[in-house]
Amino acid sequence: MDQALLDLGEFIIGALPKEAPSFEVVNSELCVKAEREHIVKVLAFLRDDAHCKFKQLMDVCGADYPEREERFEVVYNLLSLTHNRRVRVKVQTSEDVPVPSVTAVFSSANWFEREAWDLFGVFFSGHPDLRRILTDYGFEGHPLRKDFPLSGYVEVRYDDEKKRVAYEPVKLPQEFRGFDFLSPWEGSEVELAVDEKAEGDA
Amino acid sequence: MGVTQKSVLDASGDASGPLSPGSGQDALLDKVQGELMDKGFVTASLDGLVNWVRTGSLWPMTFGLACCAVEMMHAAVSRYDMDRFGVVFRPSPRQSDVVIVAGTLTNKMAPAFRKVYDQMAEPRYVISMGSCANGGGYYHYSYAVVRGCDRIVPVDVYVPGCPPTAEALIYGILQLQKKIKRTGTLWR
Repeated sequence: MDQALLDLGEFIIGALPKEAPSFEVVNSELCVKAEREHIVKVLAFLRDDAHCKFKQLMDVCGADYPEREERFEVVYNLLSLTHNRRVRVKVQTSEDVPVPSVTAVFSSANWFEREAWDLFGVFFSGHPDLRRILTDYGFEGHPLRKDFPLSGYVEVRYDDEKKRVAYEPVKLPQEFRGFDFLSPWEGSEVELAVDEKAEGDA
Repeated sequence: MGVTQKSVLDASGDASGPLSPGSGQDALLDKVQGELMDKGFVTASLDGLVNWVRTGSLWPMTFGLACCAVEMMHAAVSRYDMDRFGVVFRPSPRQSDVVIVAGTLTNKMAPAFRKVYDQMAEPRYVISMGSCANGGGYYHYSYAVVRGCDRIVPVDVYVPGCPPTAEALIYGILQLQKKIKRTGTLWR
């Protein structure tokens, strides 16, 4: 199984040496690193090529690595029913660098990209309707960024004088409690295991 | 008004709860029967009657927000069958007496929920079902969740649990019926 994935990876980067320069197989999953500006071409190739036929875009995710130069990753998960195979394509970007929208290649990317924009603030250029999809109307910030505070900035309450739901700055009478399950009577300062999803340059 | 006279129903003692079957109930029914045969009508106190009507047909607004809604469905269908208590789910706030907030109330949903509540006719009641609706629960520190639906509407009964069982919800509804009977007034 892994050998087939390795062959497929070699095939992809052989066909697109400039657009998709490298790949890796981790836990029997193929992951192709693509260049941001060529992502449309890479996905179109993966969709149309006879050896790939990845005709379904299952998901577009974002990931935030604040310590990196280009902090965001956009991850495209593709499925080929023809070959019973999945592939993951990753590109890197930052707050102010747009990623070309792939809605022209996969129409399902429309809402996925809106979601990534909403939660991470990754900008997709050429998207037909790039606006928030999940968070509240008029929400400020991108909540899945690592520097976004857990409790946000505003909370809501019904204002009896204004006769409507009003927004106020967050007031938490009780702070968030961290639990240390290793040592219940000590403080909660425990070194967390390093993020195993982050890669070498993280 | 015809209700000034001490009524048969009141005379029988505790008017707030239903009589359990037995000699007491038989005696009351005989009394009512006798009254009907004798005079052709029975008198009862109006607020007692109104409370009986209100508690006997508490129609909840269908307002499932999250997993609690599944337990609410369990309470509604055949095993526990809330119809037995006259609790029939309605799809419109105009036809509802009570709204069961079943699940996580998010900031985005809060204005819509308040609008639904405002559209309900008086007297209206609110049952807050589950940890999330009671006080934010698991999502208390979230940026997107209202920390308790009592920040948006006044709540009559809180049902604890995550999610509460169907029995717990029915208990909450019975508590609300009891509350309506006890504090029963014509206007709220």
